[in-house]
Amino acid sequence: MRALPWIGLAALAAAPFSGLGNYPLHLLIQVLLWGFVYTGWSIMGRLGMVSFGHAAFVGLGVYAVGLAVHHGVSDGFVHLGLVVALSAFAAFVIGAVCVRTSGLYFIMITLAFAQFLYFVGVGLKQYGGDDGLTFRGRSDFAAWLDLADAVTFYYFVWAILAAVLFVVYRFVQSRFGMALRGIRSNEQRIQGLGLPVFRYRLAAFVISGVICGIAGALLANLTQFVSPAYLHWTRSGDLLVMVIMGGFASVFGPVLGAALLLVLEELLSSYTEHWQLLLGPILILVVLFAKQGLMSALPPAGLQFKIRGHG
Amino acid sequence: MAEALLATESLVKQFGGLCATDRVSLEVARGEVHALIGPNGAGKTTLVGQVTGAIRPDSGRMFFQGRDITALPAHRRAHLGLARSFQISSIFLDMTALDNVALAVQIHQGHSFRLWRNARADQSLRAPARATLDQVGLAARADVMAAELSHGEQRQLEIAMALASAPKLLLLDEPMAGMGPNESQRMIELLRSLKGKVTILLVEHDMDAVFALADRITVMVQGRIVASGQPSEIRANEEVRRAYLGDAGSPR
Repeated sequence: MRALPWIGLAALAAAPFSGLGNYPLHLLIQVLLWGFVYTGWSIMGRLGMVSFGHAAFVGLGVYAVGLAVHHGVSDGFVHLGLVVALSAFAAFVIGAVCVRTSGLYFIMITLAFAQFLYFVGVGLKQYGGDDGLTFRGRSDFAAWLDLADAVTFYYFVWAILAAVLFVVYRFVQSRFGMALRGIRSNEQRIQGLGLPVFRYRLAAFVISGVICGIAGALLANLTQFVSPAYLHWTRSGDLLVMVIMGGFASVFGPVLGAALLLVLEELLSSYTEHWQLLLGPILILVVLFAKQGLMSALPPAGLQFKIRGHG
Repeated sequence: MAEALLATESLVKQFGGLCATDRVSLEVARGEVHALIGPNGAGKTTLVGQVTGAIRPDSGRMFFQGRDITALPAHRRAHLGLARSFQISSIFLDMTALDNVALAVQIHQGHSFRLWRNARADQSLRAPARATLDQVGLAARADVMAAELSHGEQRQLEIAMALASAPKLLLLDEPMAGMGPNESQRMIELLRSLKGKVTILLVEHDMDAVFALADRITVMVQGRIVASGQPSEIRANEEVRRAYLGDAGSPR
C-alpha cells in the first residue's frame, strides 16, 4: 500500500502513451500544475496555517518568466534563478509579518498581501495592466528540451513535480519536519523545549512560497500570458477548494486533490453548464464525511505515510 | 551567593490591579530540591513563568549561573539549561512517547534545520530518548501515542522531555497535580532518583511530597515570600502555619 502514491505518479508518467488526445493531456497538465501549487501551500497547511495568499507566489513566478521573456531573456536557468530568488525574497518579507499571526488573522493578512500584489499587477500599465500581456517564447533550458511540445512539456512538469514531492516526502520525516509537527501539535511546549518557533515558521513559509513560485514559472510556460488574474484572491480560493478534497495530512494529497477537483469539474460541466450547483453539495459531503480530505478515507497505512517509529 | 544557580531580584509582575509577584527575591542553590509552596493564587506559576521567560516581569532581574537572563527569550533560556514542566500536562499528544522525547533531544542538540535525513531512524536521537524514557519508567510505553497514556504516565513523559535537554535546573509546576496516591508515590520516587543529579525548583501542593523531597522550602502568599528555610524551620514557622498550612495541611 505504501507504494501506491508512487504507482500513481508512474501512471501519470505513462499517460501520454495511452493515446490521449490533446485535450485530456491539457487537463492532466492542469492537474500537475495545481498539484504543484497545492504541494507548496501544504507546507504551511501542515503547520495548521491556512494561507489565503499563495496566489501571490504563483503570480510572481508567472510575471518573472513572462517579463523576462518579454525583454528578450529566454535562458531557462536564468528564469529559474530569478523565480527562486524573487519568490524566496517575497516570502521572506511577507512571511516575516504573517507568521507572527495565526488562525483567522493569518488567513486575512496573507490575503491582504496577495491583494496588494494583485493591485501592483493591475498598475503595471506598460505590461497591459488589468488586461495582461501575451508574450512569445518559453524558458529555454536546452536545445533538446522543447517546451512548446505538449508531451515534452508534460514530462518536464511531471519530472519537476516528482522531484519536489520526493523532497517534501523526505523533508516531512526529517528533523525539520518533526520540529514543524511539534509546532503544530503544541507551540507552548516546543518553545519551552527551546525551539525558536518564529524562525521555523518563516523558513517553512519561504520553502512554501518558492515551490509556488516555481509552479508559476511552469504555468507561464504553458499559457505564455501574464495577467494580474494569476494573483487574484479567487485563485487562492480555488486552491482552498482543492484542499477540501486533498486535505493536508499527506504528501500526495495535493496531487489527488487537484486531480479530483479538476476531473470532477470536467465531468460535471459536460452534463450541465450549472455544474457548480452540483459541485457545491459534493464539497459539503466531503467536508462532513472526510474531514482530513479524501486521502484520509483511504487506508492510512498506505497513502498517508503515517510512519511509525522504527528507531 | 556564589553557588546560587538561579537568583531572582525583586521580581514584580502585575495583572491589572493584582500584584501576582511582589518584589520576589528567590535563590535556588546548585544541587538542591527547592520547593515553592503557597495557597492558590499566591503567584507561584507566575514566578515560574517569569523564570522560564514565558512572562515578562514589570521590574526586577534574574540571574542564571550568575548571568543576567532577564531579557533573554524563552528558547534561549532553555538552551542555557532551564527546563520546565507545565501545571497542565503539555506534551505532543499526536506523537508517540518516544517521538515526544526524541523531539526534545533534537531541540536540545540544536540541529533542527536538517531537511533530508529521516529523524525517526536517527540513533543519535532515538538512543538518548529511549534511555530517558527508561529513566522515568516509561520504556515499555515508548510506542504508545501520548494521548493514550494515563494521566500519571503523561506527567512522567513530561519529566522525561524536560530531562532530555540535560537541564541544569528543572522547574516542575505541580507534577503531582491530579494524581492518585499510587501515581504520586511513583512520581516522588522518580524525583528522588533525580536528587543530586539536577537542581529542582518544585511547585507543589502535595505536602507529603514536598516534605519528602525538599532540601529547602519557600512559602509564597499573595505574591510575596513570607518564609524560606529548611523543612524543619518551615514546619515550625507559626506565620506559615497560620497563613497557609493550617491544621489540615499540617505535615506529619
